[in-house]
Amino acid sequence: MNPDFTGIALQTALLLLLAPLITGCIRNWKARLQNRRGPRLWQPYFDLVKFLRKDMVISEHASWVFSAAPYVVFITALLTGLMVPLASTQAPLSLFGGVLAVVGLLALGRFFMALGGLDPASAFGGMGSSREMTIAALAEPALMLAIFTVAITAGSTDFSRIVTSAQQSGWDLLNPARLMAFAALFIVLLAETGRVPIDNPATHLELTMIHEAMLLEYSGRHLALMEWGASIKQLVLMAILVNVFLPVGLIADHSAAMLGLGLAVFIGKILLLSAAVALVETVNAKLRLFRVPDLLSAAFVLAAMALLSMFLFH
Amino acid sequence: MDLSSTTLLTLALLGYVAGSLAGLVFCRWERLANCLSFGGATLAAGCGTVACARLLATGGTVAPVQLQLLPTLVPYVQFTARLDSLSVFFGLIVSVLGFALSLYSLGYARGFFGHKNVGVLGAFFNLMLLATNLVFLSDNAFFFLIAWEIMALSAYCLVSFEHEKPETRSAGVFYFVMSHIGTGCLILGFLLLFQASGGYGFDGFHALGDKMSPGSRNAAFLLFLIGFGVKAGIVPLHTWLPEAHPVAPSNVSAFMSGVLIKTGIYGLARVFFDFLGTPPMWWGVTVLAIGTISAVLGVLYALMQHDLKRLLAYHSIENIGIILMGFGASLMFLNTGHPLLSTLALIAGLYHTLNHALFKGLLFLGAGAVLHATRTRDMEHLGGLAKRMPQTAFFFLIGAVAISALPPLNGFVSEWLTYQSLLQGFGTTESLLRLMFPIGGALLALTGALAAACFVKAFGITFLAQPRSEAAAQAHEASFTMLLGQAVLVAACVFLGLFPTLFLKLLDPLTQQLTGLQISSQLTLANGLVLAGTNPAGGTVSTLGIAVLGIALLAVPFALWLMLGRQTRVRIGPTWDCGLQGLTPRMEYTATGFSKPIRMIFKALFRPRREVQREYDFSPYFATNIRFEAHVEEIFETRIYRPLNRWVLWLSRRMRALQAGSIQAYLIYIFITLLLLLLFAL
Repeated sequence: MNPDFTGIALQTALLLLLAPLITGCIRNWKARLQNRRGPRLWQPYFDLVKFLRKDMVISEHASWVFSAAPYVVFITALLTGLMVPLASTQAPLSLFGGVLAVVGLLALGRFFMALGGLDPASAFGGMGSSREMTIAALAEPALMLAIFTVAITAGSTDFSRIVTSAQQSGWDLLNPARLMAFAALFIVLLAETGRVPIDNPATHLELTMIHEAMLLEYSGRHLALMEWGASIKQLVLMAILVNVFLPVGLIADHSAAMLGLGLAVFIGKILLLSAAVALVETVNAKLRLFRVPDLLSAAFVLAAMALLSMFLFH
Repeated sequence: MDLSSTTLLTLALLGYVAGSLAGLVFCRWERLANCLSFGGATLAAGCGTVACARLLATGGTVAPVQLQLLPTLVPYVQFTARLDSLSVFFGLIVSVLGFALSLYSLGYARGFFGHKNVGVLGAFFNLMLLATNLVFLSDNAFFFLIAWEIMALSAYCLVSFEHEKPETRSAGVFYFVMSHIGTGCLILGFLLLFQASGGYGFDGFHALGDKMSPGSRNAAFLLFLIGFGVKAGIVPLHTWLPEAHPVAPSNVSAFMSGVLIKTGIYGLARVFFDFLGTPPMWWGVTVLAIGTISAVLGVLYALMQHDLKRLLAYHSIENIGIILMGFGASLMFLNTGHPLLSTLALIAGLYHTLNHALFKGLLFLGAGAVLHATRTRDMEHLGGLAKRMPQTAFFFLIGAVAISALPPLNGFVSEWLTYQSLLQGFGTTESLLRLMFPIGGALLALTGALAAACFVKAFGITFLAQPRSEAAAQAHEASFTMLLGQAVLVAACVFLGLFPTLFLKLLDPLTQQLTGLQISSQLTLANGLVLAGTNPAGGTVSTLGIAVLGIALLAVPFALWLMLGRQTRVRIGPTWDCGLQGLTPRMEYTATGFSKPIRMIFKALFRPRREVQREYDFSPYFATNIRFEAHVEEIFETRIYRPLNRWVLWLSRRMRALQAGSIQAYLIYIFITLLLLLLFAL
């Protein structure tokens, strides 16, 4: 059972290269929906290169935790990406962990990001950390319960097996349990990636930002890793959504032609979901912080209903 | 020199006795007393660790050993130790933690030189270690109860060590009362077992439940659940725990939170899986429900604390809940006839028991080092310690990651096993009860995420940013032995996180004894690098793989730096302050502020209350003086304990009428009681 090193290298490259594009697409389409021209699709790549070449300013109050956080965020995002099937049903790292490891690693990244927010002694960072951890705490049960619904059906917590079992279920894909679980996970996706109506990725208004508040003191290489990590995390969560609930086009054999086809279908599905995210961001206003729990408990209830209806229909 | 394990264990017990006596004899010479008592405890616990590890490693082949410790003086009261796998496993926990704590105490107790009697501290510390060992090792109910009582009393003395503070005294008395309510239940429970078996030996109690009438069996279950539950700190019997644990000296708090409450877990494991036979369904349901509630409420209350040690004490309630979730699921699977899953859930619970002992011990030691350096436990006065106490900060961070169940450390592994058993449990029954498993799993996820939030707060406010007081600014790193004690526990946490399969082999004799199965080979894949949940298709995880690959992936940022960032420089500058004259510590986020969103979201539970008083000259917006007070209600205390307390006091006032002080009246009472008892016996 040797890990598949080519698979790991290829998937790492895919994650690194595709993630900024998705961020760029959502930004661009959102701007167009709002009658603005918006930044170019590949603007995030330029941003990352620019950040990587810049000098860094580190706060005098910060400790080593501040400098370690970007690496932890970046690496954990990459690791989760290797445990989730993207274009092929077999994730290269599925032996090393499934659903629980992915949730755990994302939590590890968030843990360090929140510490990095607190470290420079600025009130903004503390506020961001506090809100991020609160929202994550409310999103996590909904996320777990929704994934449990599919994991119990598949009898496994391994994403590759979940996806394979979803592929075999045919029209059962449209059963209400799965639809409700999908809806719950979509809300969690918005929360975890800091999107409107929960957080606004475009804001730098001090009192409303959550994710951005934690990154406020980061610059240069650290900022690049933080931003890139966030993009990768977004891609991974989207991949979970599209591949678990719409497992069409995932390939099982690894010839070059099939790989290209699988990749094309995968990117297509991700772009479709990105469009949905851009649309949701445009037609909704940001919620007040203390309204967010209502939305997230709605996600939890949806997930619980998904579980219940699965129980009734079987 | 080749010593057999049993000799080594006896040596360990004698070592505790010697350490205790040395502390008392030399209590006039505090340095000597410190070295001898805590040094003795270190050696004894070291011997105990080796002995227990060896016994556990060979436990699969050796039949349970019985060891006569003291000659029998009174009938029934035999001082016999029992070295079966369950006892030895818990003996291992107390020895490992005892070793690290005694090392730490060598440095920590120096803080008491000159104003407290260190010899007495050492003596009671040794006594507590000894008694806890004996609780785990005792072979009959009498010996068990005697050891249990010595343990409770020595712990009471240690909690009240700094008795000049009123809060310490009241916490000590509260602990004393609660502990004895628990002991009372235990005595009744053992009497029920005695009735059925006719003896007090644990061998006679084995699988006794199947021979008992359902009524007395259920009564025994409830009595033991309450009796051991008080000690373990399950909700709603937990209220003494966050009072008593923080006020004790930190090495004692670490032991109480790490090991002492595990005596309750040991008792529950012993009673549920050894004594009471095949459980009815509702036992498992009750235990799982209590576990889930304890986990969620424990962490929610922990989030509201800004006293570092009190916060950690509440987390003990949470972790006891997680352990009981494993036990409860295991009981349910035993009932439905799924021994394999039952074993998995039991392993999850036991693994978490050891893990919690290690990381909670570690965190309390870190909190102790902070207290030692700054003389305060209040997080609102801390901050910036990562620069002043770098090693302690690093060790505390490891403990925080472990307790938040984040990969790749040990807390993650045991919670992963718990999740696996819960998820696979869904298929074990057709009844609606199976919904308990995924809901329990979701609440476990909530617990984990809230724990992470709580430790971001605990670590972030205490160790990061600017110091919030002069004491924190002047803090110094802890002494060498204190750091060494923490390092031992860090190493154990990392080892149990990265190499779970090696450890699971040690649990084989234990599960053989309790559920009749050995499943470590089924949980192991790829030469022990990968951990699986009973079958590889159900899901696998490799913490070691994650850690190694994570380090390997650092090549990506390194390559990016090589390609693009080699010319860049790093500048140290001030934090952005919105154009003010620099940031002051008063502008930082506080611990209370950090948990405010959660306080507001769960306000139905917390019932937060705040008072703001402003003094101003001409406009309320320009206050000259502000007084702010915020409170959170401890709902169990105000809704259950205080009314109960009032009721008991009322009743005792009424009872006072009986105590007229005349001897004739008392003789009449005795006579009437005797008459009633005789009538009852007829």
